[in-house]
Amino acid sequence: MRNKEKNSETSDLMRKKKFNLKEGFFLSLIRTLGFTGAVILFIILFFVAYNGIHILSWEFITQPPVDAMTKGGIFPVIVGTILLTALCMIIVVPIGVITAIFLAEYSKPGVLLKTVMMSIYTLAGVPSVVFGLFGLAVFVVAFNFGMSLLAGSLTLAVMILPYIISTSEEAIKTVPYSFKEASFACGATKWQTIRKVVLPTAMPGILTGGILGTAKVSGETAPIMFTAAAFFTPGVPRSLFEPLMALPYHIYVLATSGTHIEETRPIQYGTALTLIVLVLGMNLLGIILRSRQRKKKAW
Amino acid sequence: MVENKNIFEIRDFNIYYVDFKAVSNITLDIEAYRITAIIGPSGCGKSTLLRSLNRMNDLITTSRVEGKVFFKGIDIYHRDTDVIELRKRVGMVFQKPNPFPSSVYENVAYGPRIRGINKKSLLDEIVENALIRADLWKEVKDKVHESGMSLSGGQMQRLCIARSLAQEPEVLLFDEPTSALDPISTANIENLLQELQKTITIVIVTHNMQQAARISNYTAFMYLGELIEFGDTDTIFVNPHHKLTEEYITGRFG
Ligand SMILES: Nc1ncnc2c1ncn2[C@@H]1O[C@H](COP(=O)(O)OP(=O)(O)O)[C@@H](O)[C@H]1O
Ligand SMILES: [Mg+2]
Repeated sequence: MRNKEKNSETSDLMRKKKFNLKEGFFLSLIRTLGFTGAVILFIILFFVAYNGIHILSWEFITQPPVDAMTKGGIFPVIVGTILLTALCMIIVVPIGVITAIFLAEYSKPGVLLKTVMMSIYTLAGVPSVVFGLFGLAVFVVAFNFGMSLLAGSLTLAVMILPYIISTSEEAIKTVPYSFKEASFACGATKWQTIRKVVLPTAMPGILTGGILGTAKVSGETAPIMFTAAAFFTPGVPRSLFEPLMALPYHIYVLATSGTHIEETRPIQYGTALTLIVLVLGMNLLGIILRSRQRKKKAW
Repeated sequence: MVENKNIFEIRDFNIYYVDFKAVSNITLDIEAYRITAIIGPSGCGKSTLLRSLNRMNDLITTSRVEGKVFFKGIDIYHRDTDVIELRKRVGMVFQKPNPFPSSVYENVAYGPRIRGINKKSLLDEIVENALIRADLWKEVKDKVHESGMSLSGGQMQRLCIARSLAQEPEVLLFDEPTSALDPISTANIENLLQELQKTITIVIVTHNMQQAARISNYTAFMYLGELIEFGDTDTIFVNPHHKLTEEYITGRFG
């Protein structure tokens, strides 16, 4: 037995040596590509920061735009994005988690499950502008919500739903079977087990998925341009049925449709920088949470 | 009905996983307030049989039973039997300590809570009593609000025992409860089982024959899904009737 192990160990060593050249090549290729990715990200960040940083100020993030948006700040734009994303998450997380519970705990393998899973994965691959059109047809027109906070949030919710479902399902599936077994052995029902053991244990993972989803959603332009985002509104929306300004769309508007495209360049970059900081910040938070969970996990 | 000292009566019982017969034609009585050990080589169906006593095998969708198991005269596989109530009265402790990732207190309070007990003073009392009975109170009384997972392996297993005891079970089923523990923790648990036996019935699956010999009143020896021999632990270990039993306990296989 021991001999055998030793043999396989030496042959492993030899194999490594043989393929060293090939492996080395791929390793350096992967390194180079990874490095390139990092460099590109850095260049983009630097470019936006370089052009936008000098306009960032307390006034810029707390004042509304003035003079046909050529001056002033972007306060209602920031609030618009926050409202849009927050409402989207309030809508999508419960639905996503309930679907994930169904998929992970109740569904039996079969044609139905396969179809559902296929639909979810397909939905995740649909370009975001298609969701925009869908939102326009369904929420804006058919439900008669108009271009509004509600219609935009619902559209974003539909778009991000597959992601929330799959991250939640993942989190639920990593709950050790031994926890469930212990719960059942205490005389808990399936639903009690899910509510009191599975969900609390999976919650950090679910929340991480939610935060990363929020980061994704807050940067989307296409889904909101037909459903929620206005060229200009005098302030923040005062009801679910009012349109709003949002960071990504604001950049788009200033950069393409204004009469002062060149003049507003600094504001465009400032807005872009704000958005990037927001998105990166949330991503960072999500990543930190996730790695902390991994470390904390004792099971 | 005559006074019955048997808390479980297993009759012509078979358990299948799909078409594989893991437990074959077993008839066996479990006496109340005694420790009954189930021994036998790996894969002979000990866990499968044990898990059938509180219907934990229901969780495995491919499993299916034939025959009858009576708990205090009640057919537990009858369709009117309340599985939830059965599992409250017949608790189970597993091979690998599996506390929930919450505090010591919440672990023990889990069962009572899901039965709707929410009054703090009552829960406090239940938790303390269960921890005392599981011989853990002295070690954790100052840290009941710390994570159950921060305890040592032996303490975690006693926490799991406390979690079961909090339900006031009549029977506790143990599936190799000490196989993941060091000798000292094992000795502690063995002492605890003997203490608990005064108030509840214990069925323990063990891989460790010395353990069976040390703590049990009765021993069942299983082989390939069948019950080969059952009797007084002393008889089984000193004077086994069956050749297979003798070969197993003398360490010739398994
Ligand atoms: N979930 C399962 N599905 C299919 N076969 C199983 C399952 N659990 C156990 N078995 C089989 O049933 C037999 C008895 O298993 P088990 O009761 O775990 O044995 P023991 O506890 O004595 O080691 C083994 O052959 C095992 O492979
Ligand atoms: Mg086993």
